[in-house]
Amino acid sequence: MLTGFDWDVIRRTAPYLFREGMTFTLTLTALAMTGGIVFGTLLAMMRLASYRALSATASAYVNVMRSTPLVLVIFWFYFLVPYIGQWITGASRPIQVGAFLSALVTFTLFEAAYFCEIMRAGIQSIPRGQAQAAQALGMNYWTAMGEIILPQAFRNMVPVLLTQTIILFQDTSLVYVISVTDFFGAASKVAQRDGRLVEMYLFAAAVYFVISLAASYWVRHLQHRIAIIR
Amino acid sequence: MITISKVSKWYGTMQVLKNCSTEVAKGEVVVVCGPSGSGKSTLIKCVNGLEPFEEGTITVDGISVGDRKTNLPKLRARIGMVFQHFELFPHLSVMRNLSLAQVKVLGRDSKTADEKGRKLLERVGLTSHAEKFPGQLSGGQQQRVAIARALAMDPIAMLFDEPTSALDPEMINEVLDVMVALAKDGMTMIVVTHEMGFARKVANRVVFMDKGEIVEDAPTADFFGKPRSERAQMFLSKILQQ
Repeated sequence: MLTGFDWDVIRRTAPYLFREGMTFTLTLTALAMTGGIVFGTLLAMMRLASYRALSATASAYVNVMRSTPLVLVIFWFYFLVPYIGQWITGASRPIQVGAFLSALVTFTLFEAAYFCEIMRAGIQSIPRGQAQAAQALGMNYWTAMGEIILPQAFRNMVPVLLTQTIILFQDTSLVYVISVTDFFGAASKVAQRDGRLVEMYLFAAAVYFVISLAASYWVRHLQHRIAIIR
Repeated sequence: MITISKVSKWYGTMQVLKNCSTEVAKGEVVVVCGPSGSGKSTLIKCVNGLEPFEEGTITVDGISVGDRKTNLPKLRARIGMVFQHFELFPHLSVMRNLSLAQVKVLGRDSKTADEKGRKLLERVGLTSHAEKFPGQLSGGQQQRVAIARALAMDPIAMLFDEPTSALDPEMINEVLDVMVALAKDGMTMIVVTHEMGFARKVANRVVFMDKGEIVEDAPTADFFGKPRSERAQMFLSKILQQ
């Protein structure tokens, strides 16, 4: 049954798939994770703030992002950002931001909503007494957050943050809708060009599967190593 | 040094502090006791503004705690506090627990802060544990580190919120010994505790609270000798029977 397939196409195109495609995918994943966690943590602090205006703004943002399909957000950003840029800078023509930057901004903003919920749970998991002890020593809000609460919250949540990053890694394949050559986009291009759809899509699926599975095993291993002794 | 005047506090419609007034002079040790839920911890947490209160005034060294214009972090840095559950920072070493606030709040350089920390560890008898993490210490050791952490800020007064209630019985004395030494050194202290032996030994005055009210506020000898209120008599007879 497998006689009609040309598996050699994988070997021939592997350098292109990995050097161009996978590099893009991993770069986008890493940068969007970093940006998403930073912005998500700020959102989480806003959500937990006692000022209504802050917490309402943050939760509105999170709700909008979480109830919008990612593909739509990618599309919207790709077509809207040039015009928003034009509007802000007052340029005569739409600002060209490039597909990579557009994708990076989109994923950062989108994933921040999910990272926000994770960090919020993390902050809430730290006993109230810790914040009180920090306050009693004269620390202000930012010092208490930066030195006491967030480091503990972050360490408690590392496994969940990384699991969300694995989902982000898979989601980056959606950038093919704006014709970017990520790993999936590269595989797709070869598949169309050489008419080897089954081979290439099976291979792409296998690669995503292996990387995600290996990463989640690593996360489980890490979980035991970084736990804070209490 | 610490004046509490007609303080009342509500959680929603429930009043947890009723018109509480007392005073603590410099160098005085005041023990606050009473049945659980009587508002002792709440009152002591009002003194450094960890708990807000709706009515009355509290002044520490002439500064009003409840005043919106007061720089609370600055005031808190001058008042040491020890908690029932220690609240050491579990992700930092013992040494870092002692030096962090000195550096971040008081602006000391880390060498001075470490030196101060080491000196205080010696004072509470834990020099060899400087590089350990709080989770590796026993409860009694953790509480002694917590006392050292508060002292590292050179406080003008110390607040103790049931410092021995979460400890196993055999560890209570090592913590009380540190507190007795501190009292003898002339530290101004408010101590919420059920340890009547400690109260007898070092307290200048005992404040007895029940249902959010200060029922009795008397010199130690008077309180144990002839408590005036029935509620204090009941409490004492129960707690001294043990």
